[in-house]
Amino acid sequence: MGRIHSFQSLGTVDGPGIRFVVFFQGCHLRCKCCHNPDTWAYADGTEYTAGEIVQRVLRYREYFGKEGGITLSGGEPLLQADFAREIFALCHQSGINTCLDTSGSILNDSVKALLGETDRVLLDIKYTNEEQYRENVGCTLKSALDFLDYLKERKIPVTVRQVIIPTVNDSRENMLALKAILADYPNVDKVELLPFRKICQTKYDNMKLEFPFGHLPAATKAQTDELHKILEE
Amino acid sequence: MEHNHWNGFKAGAWQNEINVRDFIQNNYTEYTGDSDFLSEATPRTRNLMAKLQALFAEERKKGGVLDVDTTTASSLLNYAPGYIDKENEIIVGLQTDSPLKRGVNPFGGMRMAKQACEAYGYKLSEKVQSEFRYRTTHNDGVFRAYTSEMRAARKCHVITGLPDAYGRGRIIGDYRRVALYGVDRLIEEKKKDKAKLAKGNFDVERVRLDEELFQQITFLGYLKEMAAMYGYDISVPAANAREAIQWTYFAYLGSIKEQNGAAMSLGRVSTFFDIYIERDFRNGTLTEAEAQELMDDFVMKLRAARHLRTPEYNELFGGDPMWITEAVGGMGEDGRTLVTKNSFRVLNTLYTLSASPEPNLTVLWSNALPENFKRFCAKVSADTDSIQYENDDIMRPIYGDDYAIACCVSAMKIGKQMQFFGARCNLAKLLLIAINGGYDTSSKMHIGPQMPVMDVDHLDFDEVMARYQTYMEWLCNLYVNTVNIIHYMHDKYAYEKTQMALHDSEVGRFMAFGVAGLSVVADSLSAIKFANVHPVKNEDGFIVDFETTGSFPKFGNDDDRVDLIAKDMAHRFITELRKTPTYRGAEHTLSILTITSNVMYGKNTAATPDGRAAGQPFAPGANPMHNREENGALASLNSVAKLSYDDCRDGISNTFSITPDALGKTEEERINNLVAILDGYFAKKAHHINVNVLNRETLMKAYENPDDYPNLTIRVSGYAVNFNKLSREHQREVISRTFHESM
Repeated sequence: MGRIHSFQSLGTVDGPGIRFVVFFQGCHLRCKCCHNPDTWAYADGTEYTAGEIVQRVLRYREYFGKEGGITLSGGEPLLQADFAREIFALCHQSGINTCLDTSGSILNDSVKALLGETDRVLLDIKYTNEEQYRENVGCTLKSALDFLDYLKERKIPVTVRQVIIPTVNDSRENMLALKAILADYPNVDKVELLPFRKICQTKYDNMKLEFPFGHLPAATKAQTDELHKILEE
Repeated sequence: MEHNHWNGFKAGAWQNEINVRDFIQNNYTEYTGDSDFLSEATPRTRNLMAKLQALFAEERKKGGVLDVDTTTASSLLNYAPGYIDKENEIIVGLQTDSPLKRGVNPFGGMRMAKQACEAYGYKLSEKVQSEFRYRTTHNDGVFRAYTSEMRAARKCHVITGLPDAYGRGRIIGDYRRVALYGVDRLIEEKKKDKAKLAKGNFDVERVRLDEELFQQITFLGYLKEMAAMYGYDISVPAANAREAIQWTYFAYLGSIKEQNGAAMSLGRVSTFFDIYIERDFRNGTLTEAEAQELMDDFVMKLRAARHLRTPEYNELFGGDPMWITEAVGGMGEDGRTLVTKNSFRVLNTLYTLSASPEPNLTVLWSNALPENFKRFCAKVSADTDSIQYENDDIMRPIYGDDYAIACCVSAMKIGKQMQFFGARCNLAKLLLIAINGGYDTSSKMHIGPQMPVMDVDHLDFDEVMARYQTYMEWLCNLYVNTVNIIHYMHDKYAYEKTQMALHDSEVGRFMAFGVAGLSVVADSLSAIKFANVHPVKNEDGFIVDFETTGSFPKFGNDDDRVDLIAKDMAHRFITELRKTPTYRGAEHTLSILTITSNVMYGKNTAATPDGRAAGQPFAPGANPMHNREENGALASLNSVAKLSYDDCRDGISNTFSITPDALGKTEEERINNLVAILDGYFAKKAHHINVNVLNRETLMKAYENPDDYPNLTIRVSGYAVNFNKLSREHQREVISRTFHESM
């Protein structure tokens, strides 16, 4: 059994092709840019068995084409790694591609077993220095990079993702730092820069919580496209 | 018989009998390549289109109608030839003597013709009125026979949109026959059929057919005369691509001069034309740019087609549609695709002439379609919002590989089958009438079997279903009988002489019924079954509202508990319809389609147990109710895909709107994902989907500043409209629909 926040049957932005996205409930991080604060508290989710979830996924396999499949997101799926592994193992039995969207902040035996059933990792490298990690996330850059080392060792393909937040990490220096970090990882075949958005403000309002980055301006796709060029230089 | 017009074509059975399919199968060239070969619009095309655009703008400025000829009853020979720009047109022919000028057509009904004139500040001339003084129209005939109960069902809007005051439409002539055979050969064949009838006993059916054949032959003669007015001799087959398109268009034009049916669909002409285009290429008499020009000019003519309608009509069928539906693509029974280069060219008109609702381009989607064609369709959809898709893989086994779509979703074998259009009934209102024991609280009318109002604190599912079944039985019998009268009278007083002349003399007939409000009913029954529904009565003791507590599954979330209720409703309805025999032995069919009438149906329906307020619009077609989907777009598609095409052979319409961001980050991703969605949806045996890729904000801007968006096209329910031509109310309803967005 595991705790789930919600499902998105048409995921087109969380991994290759069309993805059935399962949002896990519960997260130990408190990123100031988080757009899903409603996934934080573990107790708020709905319980499902891995079998129930895979039954749902199978209803969408006709749409997956050559590339699509399941993506586990959250929340932080690594907090329920055994459950996640069970889902992926069942998916693999049905020939469904598996994708894991994570902060990479936990690397224990359960997580390692989960990665054994993972076809691709969407890894959030939230910042390029420890200071900003400490200030804005609640875990370390080192933990994310250790995770990335392990993925490299296991030769698991990775899409690195970073939310671009105006005034926080939208500098050329940050892009160069990211580029330098990723130079050592041939398994990272794609980098996605996601514009910081503020449509989650209503979620914070409903939960009577302050949106820590609510005062910052949203980023545009044009901005992230421009920054992406630095990575390609 | 041999014609030199047929030189270069492969011989076959088609030469000895009227058999367009056989001609196509023997002669077409399938195309699996990409769209790189396509040409842009030529300067001639651009100039002519600019003239037409200016006329469209003027028409908009005048409130939707540019001009009306009030002194002539529309028919094939009653107008002098008309042109947009005579010297520069490649394909010629207009409905009246001037572009966008509308004719009046009183054959279906005089009152409607008069009101339509008056609605736009015109007055139907005394001349036309006196010509019809001693003539019975279709409308006269129907109302002579309607029973008081039929009138009541119509008046309280439990059955609406019946074609009892104008042409019934939904009939597709095989317009290609005129190009392939020439009119003289068609007349000759009809005369043979008529001679065959002479042997045997003349019962009612035979006398009727005999007279119909006489009328068909007469109108084929008129068709020749009409073409001759434009300087063409269509008694012989077309000799090249330009003539093939011109001849086919004349046949269509004759039909829309004669008939003002709601849906006057075109059929499946693109691949047929491709055969002539390829022959001209081989002869070195045509270039790619010229081939595109021919299609562009043809499509411009179709975009200029108009009928004169009343405001009440526009409320049901918003946006001035003609449903000039052209079926594109599909697969052949032998496994070859029917996609040709001309399938690309007809879609390319959405670029050469900009986006447009007409013709109603309908791609017959098969999993086996060439990948390049699928991708081109997805690109055109994302760019123009002007295409709809229907499942060739579920229709081909039933209709073969030479069928077309009438109106939005009605499949039929071209030239071999036709349908009697029967509009639709309001399934949600019927549920409320059942609960109230035969009383409609919106119209304050007693109707149907009279029983006590359900007197309970909480509605019980089984009790409600038993009631509902009783009222469904009553209504279905009434509904079939009503539609029987309509089509008896239409055949008698407004028979489609030109279109039926382009059918086999013995045709298969469907009688197409419909329902509106399926998702409202499914959610309401789900609420009654899974939550607590307390009926609220007014001072007269009738149930006018519901207090629903607790949660219940809603259609559109891929939840079998409610989706199977929706499926079961459609099944029950068609099963009941089948119990009453139809006029001329037509096969009963059912559609889940509303056009834009979902707004009007909602307006005339009191509050429902699903929480929908009184007067609130229904979802269009088979769509889930707006904003009740919680699991994303594919869950919604899966719910609709569960409705059975075997129950709903007249089509299941679904309209899907998604923002570009939600479809993918790049154009490449959006194309791939849209192809995957279509492949997946149709693999689930779904029937139809309209695809819109746009942002709600765009529509809101167009709502505020219509002049900035003259060509904004949007798929609504089985057809596309120019957003500006919708009423404000319809525009608001479209804006309020679910747009699948990225999270």
